[in-house]
Amino acid sequence: MSSNAITIPGTQIEARPWVDELHQWVTTVDHKRLGILYILSALLFLAIGGVEALIIRIQLMRPHNDFVSPEVFNRMFTMHGTTMIFFVAMPVLFGFANYLVPLMIGARDMAFPRLNAFSFWLSFLGALLLYFSFLGGSGLYGAGNAPDVGWWSYAPLGARAFSPGHSSDYWTLALLVSGFGSIGTAINIIATILCLRCPGMKINRMPLLVWMNLVMAGMVLIAITPLSAAQIMLLIDRYLGGHFFDTQAGGSAVLWMHFFWIFGHPEVYILIIPCFAFMSEIIPVFSRKPIFGYPVMVAATVCIAFVSMSVWAHHMFTIGMNSYANSFFTLTTMVVGIPTGIKIFNWIGTMWGGRIQFKTPMLFSIAFLFQFLIAGLTGIMMAASPFDWQLSLSYFVVAHFHYVIVGGILFALFGAFYYWYPKMTGRMLSERLGKWHFWLFFIGFHLTFDVMHIPGILGMPRRIYTYEPGRGWDTLNFIITIGAFIQALAILVFLANLVISYFRGARAGNDPWDAWTLEWSVSSPPPAYNFATVPTVSSRRPLWDLKHPEDPDSRYE
Amino acid sequence: MSTVTTTPSFPNPATEWHLPSRGKVAMACLIIAESAIFTIFVVAYLFYLGKSVTGPTPREVLETPIFYTICLLSSSLTIHLAAKSLERDYRRLFLLSWMLTIALGGLFLFGTAQEWHRLIYARGLTISTNLFGTTYYSLVGLHAFHVTAGLIMLSLVAIFGFAGRVGMDQSGRVAVLSMYWHFVDAVWVVVFTVVYVLGR
Amino acid sequence: MLKMKSSTLRLLAQTTLLFFWAAMTAWASEPKVSPSNGTNIFAPASTPAKSIADLSVFVLVVTGLIFAVVFTLLLYSVVKFRGRAKDAGREPAQVYGSTQIELAWTIIPILIVVVLFLATARIIHAIQDAQEPADAIQVTAIGHQYWWEFRYPRLGIVTANELHIPVSDPSHPTPTFLQLLSADTDHSFWVPELAGKTDLIPNHPNRMWMDPQRTGIFFGQCAQYCGTQHAKMLLRVSVDTPEDFAAWVRAQQSPAVEDTSAIAGRRVFESNACMNCHAVAGTPADGRFGPDLTHLMSRTTIAAGAANNTHDNLRLWIQDPSAIKPGSLMPSMKLSDADLDAVVTYMETLR
Repeated sequence: MSSNAITIPGTQIEARPWVDELHQWVTTVDHKRLGILYILSALLFLAIGGVEALIIRIQLMRPHNDFVSPEVFNRMFTMHGTTMIFFVAMPVLFGFANYLVPLMIGARDMAFPRLNAFSFWLSFLGALLLYFSFLGGSGLYGAGNAPDVGWWSYAPLGARAFSPGHSSDYWTLALLVSGFGSIGTAINIIATILCLRCPGMKINRMPLLVWMNLVMAGMVLIAITPLSAAQIMLLIDRYLGGHFFDTQAGGSAVLWMHFFWIFGHPEVYILIIPCFAFMSEIIPVFSRKPIFGYPVMVAATVCIAFVSMSVWAHHMFTIGMNSYANSFFTLTTMVVGIPTGIKIFNWIGTMWGGRIQFKTPMLFSIAFLFQFLIAGLTGIMMAASPFDWQLSLSYFVVAHFHYVIVGGILFALFGAFYYWYPKMTGRMLSERLGKWHFWLFFIGFHLTFDVMHIPGILGMPRRIYTYEPGRGWDTLNFIITIGAFIQALAILVFLANLVISYFRGARAGNDPWDAWTLEWSVSSPPPAYNFATVPTVSSRRPLWDLKHPEDPDSRYE
Repeated sequence: MSTVTTTPSFPNPATEWHLPSRGKVAMACLIIAESAIFTIFVVAYLFYLGKSVTGPTPREVLETPIFYTICLLSSSLTIHLAAKSLERDYRRLFLLSWMLTIALGGLFLFGTAQEWHRLIYARGLTISTNLFGTTYYSLVGLHAFHVTAGLIMLSLVAIFGFAGRVGMDQSGRVAVLSMYWHFVDAVWVVVFTVVYVLGR
Repeated sequence: MLKMKSSTLRLLAQTTLLFFWAAMTAWASEPKVSPSNGTNIFAPASTPAKSIADLSVFVLVVTGLIFAVVFTLLLYSVVKFRGRAKDAGREPAQVYGSTQIELAWTIIPILIVVVLFLATARIIHAIQDAQEPADAIQVTAIGHQYWWEFRYPRLGIVTANELHIPVSDPSHPTPTFLQLLSADTDHSFWVPELAGKTDLIPNHPNRMWMDPQRTGIFFGQCAQYCGTQHAKMLLRVSVDTPEDFAAWVRAQQSPAVEDTSAIAGRRVFESNACMNCHAVAGTPADGRFGPDLTHLMSRTTIAAGAANNTHDNLRLWIQDPSAIKPGSLMPSMKLSDADLDAVVTYMETLR
């Protein structure tokens, strides 16, 4: 099953000793292997972050619970958030981008294979550094020295005065290091897309996944770097006696918030845009129609990228900005919903008039549309800043962003897994286990996150390790916890599917889904060099042209 | 099947398919990312002007480094000359202007070091003195760090140059490195304006 | 047949969830009649909270309509255009797009945004730019890890954790305007039924106001993560009738009760480090790091709401604060039992 093997039917190639195989993986610069490494590392941290979430939910199951101490609880939500954003979501999306982009543009690898490997290992090092914090300080007792300042480490809580010891430093350094890895990957993606497209693949003929990863990479360049800058400033404060965020010396706690959210808001679009990419590949194939409105989808994505750089202070509506600032950010936040909504309409337009096949990737995609719609609408609610003065910092916000991240991003990712796993491994994932995975996760997700909006409306703030009984929050929290366990069960089914299908799944062949982009023209898994001859394309769906020579797309573009 | 056939209407790819050079695209991306980092430090600097609670103010202690600024900005000219010479394989002119660039860059760093020495020992301004100290040393220091990194890269090329390994075929890579150097100079124009012109 | 079953199941699941969600929202927006323990943003008892609630209902209606339309389209397309066995092998008409449709579903959202924005901007200005009337009650709230300091500058009162304000008569409003400061890190003042939340940020004074329309006790808590015991930095606002409020003010303005039977306890208080952090008006104790104790017994709870103000809790708190609020910044004073009892007796005289 080595991706280095040339698939010659009927010929057996002797398997290498496992040490050599391991060495190959550790020293690889092949974009496909690095993609898989990113994905595997993300799955590992998904499991760890999930356990942290379950600890949080058990503690909150009933009021005045004492499953964990407040110190441990505060470390749990800090680590859960940091892990999920930086060591699950970003790596898994970079992993898919790494794997798919060169294949989809007819290239043999990324523009800078060694930079690719370096970026991956930097990311992984960042994750190890963050988790090493559990062993620092007083060791595993009391969850060691793990950071407990929240994943955003507001000033002055992150300063030496309020966070003595090294817990904050692990957080800062882990993100700084993996941030440089992200920038490296972004540079690589852009250079690959702009410089390595196969002949005929003009910029308006690239698959939407390629377009969206290009936009995402551009955003990474200007969104991750403000966080890096802020973290350098924090380190200067903590170690060189600087006063960037030292309110006693005239410094501003609000400045940290601005810098953090100038990163933080575009970051969530960096996470969702590749998921839009997955949807734009999967929904057309399973509706048997091309994407509705390709140019509009591109324009909307670029629009989102620009507008999203101007909305950051909607995370700061309660900090006391004046009414003009609040109005401005209300407006821009509502405006960014317009191109996003247009994309939802275009996906529905793709399904309209089609012949929908309800395979597992499509189930996850339809659920994505439903959930992302709701998440976007709760976002519009919070865009209205007076409404946000009540909803902000409460469980309504937690429900909203988990709706986007789990209901949107994770569902889209599951779809991507089921869709491209055959290409990566040569085996189909089990449809039966897939449907179990889908329904269990769907039910658990809605049980948890639909209900979670209500404690927010009833006044339950975030980041609290316990709460008072009799405010109407008790039963709701209990139900939320039950849903979390159902989701955990679904994840186990998913992981089992990944493993079992690897050994016993049906053989996939080149093109199990009858799809239209270049990655389906090579074997599953592809050979190390991807394409024996560099292809030439003349439309957005090269394989459609091949399969329907009497009615090629090139006639209509 | 791993190839897709063309339709007859598509022109011959060998002659008509031109894409930008990956080195230039990557360096442009790096420059964009670095600009974002510098922007945040500049914003912090401007935001904190006049907000120091104690200690020396910019007006009291800063001396405009005209000479060293001229050094650094001229180094852009010399590196441009170097890159152009290499395109035409004028190796000696290339090496001369390249070394001149390094010397001018080194002179700039020396000037910064001298300025910092004076500020710390004669004027008592350190990174922890007040907001001005923190933002000044961070911004100028971040730039100096980028100059240093650039000088290291330039020196590496110089070593290979003296060993006779840098010729016309390497002019693309040299051009990419000179993009970085121009960026460092452009940042200095901004930092200079913010710190020594606006900030006083 | 399996395909049909999936889609019908999905249809059912989505519809059920839709109703579930709608029902939950409706249930949650029911005004809670009893003010006790109520922290429902849709049960406003004060002018700014009411303006927010009204705007919120409008936004909910608009977003609800958007949801209904888009969801219906999604549901319809999933049901109507599902692939049937007889279609296998034939591709549907390959439609690439439609400029008119794209224009339509761009223009309509723009119009919706304009309407929502204008409605919202009006309320932003109404709340944030409200003028402070001459007879408003002025309170300075200072956030600490993990308690609230309240000062009434015009009335010369210093208290902690439990705020008393008068109910406001619509014909002659007496709103309460708060200046929000912080002694350490970021906090947020949130009493949902009285106002939206505003943060307390060091070196960044903020301002908010409340205009309660009915009497009662209103609950809230710190909403910005401020450290280990952020969860137990509770708020209790007592909206009193004007007469009750005046009586409370008079009691708070009076000097500390001097009860000679508690002289032993007072000596323990003043000779241990208690004075470094706490103040009792009229005595040498003038510490500001911890809550002012002059009228401790006028408060219903201690430790910022973490425990009721009873003899046993008070004793336990002084003996070992981490038993009630681990991570609290008050150290255990390690008093002997005799000293402890004496000090508690003294505390209980501070009415």
